[in-house]
Amino acid sequence: MTQTTERTRRHPRPPAPAAPEALPLELAELVTDPGTRIVVCCGAGGVGKTTTSAALALAAAEAGRTVVVLTIDPARRLAQSLGLVELDNEPRRVDVPEARGELHAMMLDMKRTFDDIVVAHSTPERAQQILENPFYQTLSSSFAGTQEYMAMEKLGQLRAGDRWDLIVVDTPPSRSALDFLDAPNRMSRFLDGTMIRLLTAPSRTGFRIASASFVFFSRIISKILGGQLLRDISSFVAALDTMFGGFRERATATYELLRRPGTWFLVVATPEPDALREASYFVDRLSAEQMPLAGLVLNRTHPPTTTALSATRAEGAAEEVLEAGAADAELAAGALRVHAERMAQATREQHLADRFTSAHPEVAVRTVPAAAGDVHDLDGLRGMADALTGPDGDTPTGVPRRRILPARRR
Amino acid sequence: MSPVPSSVRCHVVTGKGGTGKTTVAAALALALAADGRQVLLVETEGRQGIAQLFDTPPLPYEERRVAVARGGGEVRALAIDVEEALLEYLEMFYNLRRAGRALRRVGAVDFATTIAPGLRDVLLTGKVKEAVTRRHDGRPVYDAVVVDAPPTGRITRFLNVTGEMAGLTRSGPIKTQSDGVMAVLKSPQTAVHLVTLLEDMPVQETADAIAELTAVGLPVGSVVVNMAAEPALPEPALSRAAGSGLTGADLAPGLAAAGLQDVAGLADALAAEATEHARRWAAQDELRDEVEALGRPTVELPLLPGPIDLGALFELAGRLEQHLRTEVAA
Repeated sequence: MTQTTERTRRHPRPPAPAAPEALPLELAELVTDPGTRIVVCCGAGGVGKTTTSAALALAAAEAGRTVVVLTIDPARRLAQSLGLVELDNEPRRVDVPEARGELHAMMLDMKRTFDDIVVAHSTPERAQQILENPFYQTLSSSFAGTQEYMAMEKLGQLRAGDRWDLIVVDTPPSRSALDFLDAPNRMSRFLDGTMIRLLTAPSRTGFRIASASFVFFSRIISKILGGQLLRDISSFVAALDTMFGGFRERATATYELLRRPGTWFLVVATPEPDALREASYFVDRLSAEQMPLAGLVLNRTHPPTTTALSATRAEGAAEEVLEAGAADAELAAGALRVHAERMAQATREQHLADRFTSAHPEVAVRTVPAAAGDVHDLDGLRGMADALTGPDGDTPTGVPRRRILPARRR
Repeated sequence: MSPVPSSVRCHVVTGKGGTGKTTVAAALALALAADGRQVLLVETEGRQGIAQLFDTPPLPYEERRVAVARGGGEVRALAIDVEEALLEYLEMFYNLRRAGRALRRVGAVDFATTIAPGLRDVLLTGKVKEAVTRRHDGRPVYDAVVVDAPPTGRITRFLNVTGEMAGLTRSGPIKTQSDGVMAVLKSPQTAVHLVTLLEDMPVQETADAIAELTAVGLPVGSVVVNMAAEPALPEPALSRAAGSGLTGADLAPGLAAAGLQDVAGLADALAAEATEHARRWAAQDELRDEVEALGRPTVELPLLPGPIDLGALFELAGRLEQHLRTEVAA
């Protein structure tokens, strides 16, 4: 066999690449640390952001902190699981027996929040005038970005009050993860917009020398939008202008709040390609904006109860059991097939998680098994809180909580 | 020959995020294209999900063939770009295409779509309406148009553009345009299909969306239960596991017969997994009843192993085609 050794020597196999190992994400420390004042949960729609937010808030409250969770669009069942018939725009105390701290929950009502700003910053007559403006009514209830903007506004209000040890925020189900960071700025740019003023008040000083192209432009805009809408916008902006010119400043302030120490972002995803792609975008974006990222919550994973039997061996064993034809062979074979499916799914999920970690080795990971994420009541929420905040290495199967399957031995 | 005669020509597919509505929309387009039909598949969310599914480069704002179906049928795909749609609109109504391009350069198009939040939806649905009603040589260009629409949470607002614009423009070109769109969307030639999984939240959102759509007079089509799995346990065992649960002792004889040693509590672990599987299955069955109670025609699509490729889309399309046939027969 000299030839083989010769070949081996001339073409040595490269060493097997080290499996990417994610850092552990210790959320118990994060939410109980007095220095942590804001936790923002973000990620694609349908990954369990709201439930994650509520579970973390519960964990912090049980650890003795006074917590409010600001949800954007909670399912009725979550509201019910918090023991609330209806969430509304003001924090409501959730009855958590035996908690050392306090848990409060609220749901963002973007129109009410906007109305409150208007009322707080103007005389009653002016406020009335604005609230009745058709353009304002549309803007405050359906403007793309209003929800994101108002979520930031509400967060700013909650933080300013200093009533809360910890504020946990759930982000709006935006079309893309990035809208959430962009919208406040886009909206303030719009409300502060010079373009809108030029357009709606062409007689104003400084605009006498309107260029021909601008007149042309404003004619087209008015063609697209209709003259009546432009008049509505005009009176709205005029009213707003005298009231407070600083939408941009407010947006900047809330944006800065997110970058202050004490704020942590948590990206939530499910072990699926689309959700993890969104999570990747988010991680990149947060890093570009210098926003502090705590880590990734990989929700609804399917870890097997045992890893002693691989999917292939379980499939084979199922056939053998049937061939042997013992009593209850069907049942044992069925259980083996269940396990084979489970192993295959866990392997797929671990593979996706590894790919994420290869791309973002600095991002700590916490996995949450699917069963824990199925929340119907406070106990369910507590189950998820345990899965989120339990120590990384402390699991029944010994697989650390940053993984779905044990690391392969090399 | 028309094996699937149906008055519905505009199929709007929505669903909660993560339910696979883009996959279902693509499979539905393939199903409708069978037997030489022409189908347009429209993407409205700008995510290029259709291009990914059909493994093609990102779609431009142009109707491109992405798949060929049985009997020479064709699926074309279009990713609507709001700015391009606005320019097209300006050209169509005001002959202003070149001026429009100049406007885009100064950011005015972005500005206009930002000022009027509903304008985006007017443009998107306007393009859909145009494709549905487009005719060539006296017959429709497309036998069907399938829209990969926004998720259930936004679908009613997206489709109900007139309602959306009512508070904003009581007259003017947007109003006229949205009225025209509504005439098509609320007619019997449109059906809004809802994609769901057998999970709590998607089923709940489906029920909510049906109520909202019905309230504003938008026609609801079928409910598509996506990614439905088969139980791995045989029936009597399934009920037993879901009920009292299984223990290692139930499995040990069978395992021993196949020479599997019960090391490290293997039998107990397998029993726990089988019990969880059975209970999840029972929960899914309850949700199946909830879906049925919605009173809409329902079709189940299987959970396919591996990633969704063209072969998988055709498999799903086969199921949908069967469903469409029974729908028409009924």
